Amino acid sequence: MSTVLKSNAEETPTGSRPNPAAPKRGLGNRMRRLNVPAGLGGWIWLAIIIIPIYYVVITSLKTQEGYFGQNPLAVPTSPTLENYQMVLEADFAQYFMNSTIVTLGAVIPTVLISFMAAFAIVRGKGRFLKLVNGMFLMGLAIPLQATIIPIYLMIIRLNLYDSLLALMLPSIAFAIPLTVLILSNFIRDVPNELFESMRLDGCSEWQTMWRLALPLTRPAIVTVAIYNGLHVWNGFLLPLVLTQSPGLRVLPLALWTFQGEYSVNIPAVLASVVLSTLPILVLYVVGRRQLLSGLTAGFSK
Amino acid sequence: MSNAVSTTRKPAARAGRPKGDPGHGGQRNAALAWLTVPALFFFLAFAVVPLAGVLILSFASWDGIGAIGSAGLGNWFSVLADPGLYNALGLTFLIMIASWLVQTPISLLLGVFTAGSQRYRAALAVLYFLPLLLSSAAVAIAFKALLDPNFGLATGLGLPFLAQDWLGVPQLALGLVIFVIAWQFVPFHTLIYQGGVRQIPRSLYEAAEIDGAGTIKQFFHITLPQLKYTIITSSTLMVVGSLTYFDLIFVLTGGGPGNSTRILALDMYLRGFRANLMGPASVIAVILVLIGLALALFLQRLGGKDKQGSQLEGM
Repeated sequence: MSTVLKSNAEETPTGSRPNPAAPKRGLGNRMRRLNVPAGLGGWIWLAIIIIPIYYVVITSLKTQEGYFGQNPLAVPTSPTLENYQMVLEADFAQYFMNSTIVTLGAVIPTVLISFMAAFAIVRGKGRFLKLVNGMFLMGLAIPLQATIIPIYLMIIRLNLYDSLLALMLPSIAFAIPLTVLILSNFIRDVPNELFESMRLDGCSEWQTMWRLALPLTRPAIVTVAIYNGLHVWNGFLLPLVLTQSPGLRVLPLALWTFQGEYSVNIPAVLASVVLSTLPILVLYVVGRRQLLSGLTAGFSK
Repeated sequence: MSNAVSTTRKPAARAGRPKGDPGHGGQRNAALAWLTVPALFFFLAFAVVPLAGVLILSFASWDGIGAIGSAGLGNWFSVLADPGLYNALGLTFLIMIASWLVQTPISLLLGVFTAGSQRYRAALAVLYFLPLLLSSAAVAIAFKALLDPNFGLATGLGLPFLAQDWLGVPQLALGLVIFVIAWQFVPFHTLIYQGGVRQIPRSLYEAAEIDGAGTIKQFFHITLPQLKYTIITSSTLMVVGSLTYFDLIFVLTGGGPGNSTRILALDMYLRGFRANLMGPASVIAVILVLIGLALALFLQRLGGKDKQGSQLEGM
């Protein structure tokens, strides 16, 4: 293959023109030669990722006897859903609701206000917008978890301690910097002529934002929504510090307490792990392409 | 909202920019500036104000419930004299560096691998990203079960060396923490590298092929240099992110055995919310913030002077 390409290059003018497939094949060839060690490494990493997940899933389907009696990696001889039933009876439906409320309540405002800010930062000039942008960029460098103590104090003073709203407000603030950054990268890609034509049509910036920028950056918006959703859904520190009553637990916190209470019943604990991940998994299966392609583009621009 | 924007637009423009931009006016910029207000409000209220708050609280005495008093420099003196701080600092940097050393090569190689055009690689990539979906609490709980010496992986795979007291021996617990962090976060960084690799112009590889450069040469002379900014982006996120590995370690080891995995973030939590010493905990928080800022600035410098700032934007 590589010799073909080489001879191609040597005959330069005639060789390269009539064969547009050559460079493509050349690249494929490059990858194919990598195959053996790369492929091997790829499969090893797959094993590292999959074995723990496989273990969690099959163990969650085992009875206690199966757990103690069988080989840990063997498929359960008599699979059971009783662990799942037990988890559901431990109020997981409530925790699921709480997680959903907090996630939606944080992600929707985050994306909305970050989109507006990103639009302004990309479209506008001037010291104020530069300052705002700089501040958000700074927010990326600061481990915002370090602010948990004053946030705890503020939430108490606002009389929001032990409420779901208390989880949403800081989540929104924490998510803004990265969301603005990714969205502004995408808005920057909208061709300037489109903005110009909107302006000539007499549209205000407000209209341009909703009618032009929003539809054109929809993939990016879905991406950041899913990404932020994952973060809020899986967040642990804020619920740990800002809520107290069992009725207000979100899933990660519920997992942790459940694990503490049922530490002897590993299959049930692992069923709770699976159950808490299931909704996200469904979302991943549906929006996988969107999430992965959006994230690669958003981070590596 | 729409109303607010249009009514306040003109006066704000006049006040803010008496001369305005020569071409398309400051009026438009003022209108745009208003669009940042909601995001700005949230960020100021729940990120900037707490950031100032944590500095103030580092000079206060507070048990988390009662009244807040002044402690002067007392917290700082007591924390800085506490060997626990240096233990936590050392562990934080150890885990940070070890995580970087483990995760960067793996993520980079997997990123190159998954950027390839073969079908099976795309299929593998879908599975690689599964850990991204799990909460740290779930991951920690799963690994605790997985490492059970009798009913976990050691028995399942027939590998007796896996049957260790992972959570009971300091060195093992530390190694475990680094491994589980990599397990959870490599997928994310793989994604970043995959995107970076896909942006390398193909013509570079074609030229290298013509020059007769082999795969390995191409990797070191094209892929790696071309990924410079991706590496900086990923490293920044990884290193700054490592300051907040709180949840995973909290559920997995709780900082133990002893204090052998008690990193700064955990130390802050335990001092503040377990020992009810919010003042000293705030001192730790301030140290965390300073480390985060210093690291980010340092990594931006690595990216080149004129790229500074624009590199973060480039993420």
